[in-house]
Amino acid sequence: MNAEAIIRSIEAEYLKSDLPEIYVGDSVEVGVKIKEGAKERVQPYKGTVIAMRNGGINETITVRKTFQGVGVERVFLLNSPLVSYIKVERRGRVRRAKLYYLRDRVGKATRIKQRFDRPL
Amino acid sequence: MSVGILGTKLGMTQIFNQETGTAIPVTVVQAGPCTITQIKTQETDGYCSVQIGYQEVKEKALSKPELGHLKKASASPLRHLKEYRTNDVANFELGQALGASLFDAGAIVDISGKTIGRGFAGYQKRHNFKRGQMAHGSKNHRAPGSTGAGTTPGRVYPGKKMAGRYGGKQVTIRKLEVVQIDAERNLLLIKGAVPGKPGALLSITPANIVGAKK
Repeated sequence: MNAEAIIRSIEAEYLKSDLPEIYVGDSVEVGVKIKEGAKERVQPYKGTVIAMRNGGINETITVRKTFQGVGVERVFLLNSPLVSYIKVERRGRVRRAKLYYLRDRVGKATRIKQRFDRPL
Repeated sequence: MSVGILGTKLGMTQIFNQETGTAIPVTVVQAGPCTITQIKTQETDGYCSVQIGYQEVKEKALSKPELGHLKKASASPLRHLKEYRTNDVANFELGQALGASLFDAGAIVDISGKTIGRGFAGYQKRHNFKRGQMAHGSKNHRAPGSTGAGTTPGRVYPGKKMAGRYGGKQVTIRKLEVVQIDAERNLLLIKGAVPGKPGALLSITPANIVGAKK
């Protein structure tokens, strides 16, 4: 076994198999595990995927939402145990791989057209 | 002092701590299998140590004296030999195989190896000097600035940081944590970075803690 195959086999133990297919422009809900004292609970975070990074075990998505008039962006390590679930709620039609232009827009201009040719 | 092991750097990745969920950057190291090729004792050599060999090669890759030395331990032809000083050689015997199981998960180790050679490197890369401004008519971009005073002393002091060969040196990274071991495949997962590129030869020893009793 060569070095790359060995590293892949180590990563394989930590890769999630139940991740949904996510595209840039989708609206998603991410369940984030939060520890409060001794208690652990799952907090949902809803928003639009504005960027993805495909890096095997280091795969991330950047999810943007507007909360109380303030733009919030969170980067989620998809294979992290802290991300308990991801639900795709709506497929979006976009023409860019990175939607950083949404940062300069407010209100109605941040809407993304829905697309129906991809199953949820 | 205790016996360590030779290994090869395979590359880096990350794993997750299942309890806290944090990502841990790890270097994957192929540690062994090593063979004990010589045991030196107080009587025979005046000091105690264990010599181990690593990486099997074809017989034609070694010289006759090297093969003869390995034959004494009835070991197969091995490329690298290294000696580890130890006070207690009673637990070791010639030809014994050492693997990653020498260490436990959670152990603290020192790792030494050759750093990546950068060739003849300038001030910025080798000594982290600041750069001059690139614009506004400046012609001073990567120059060093002053190297000292003038007529007195009339020379540059020894040890002045200058451009030159950088990297390709033996260094030891101390107190690295072993996150996980795979005794079957002789793999160590070590938190953090280690010297060299993938394929580099490494020596892994239990950490030498200053002030700790030996």
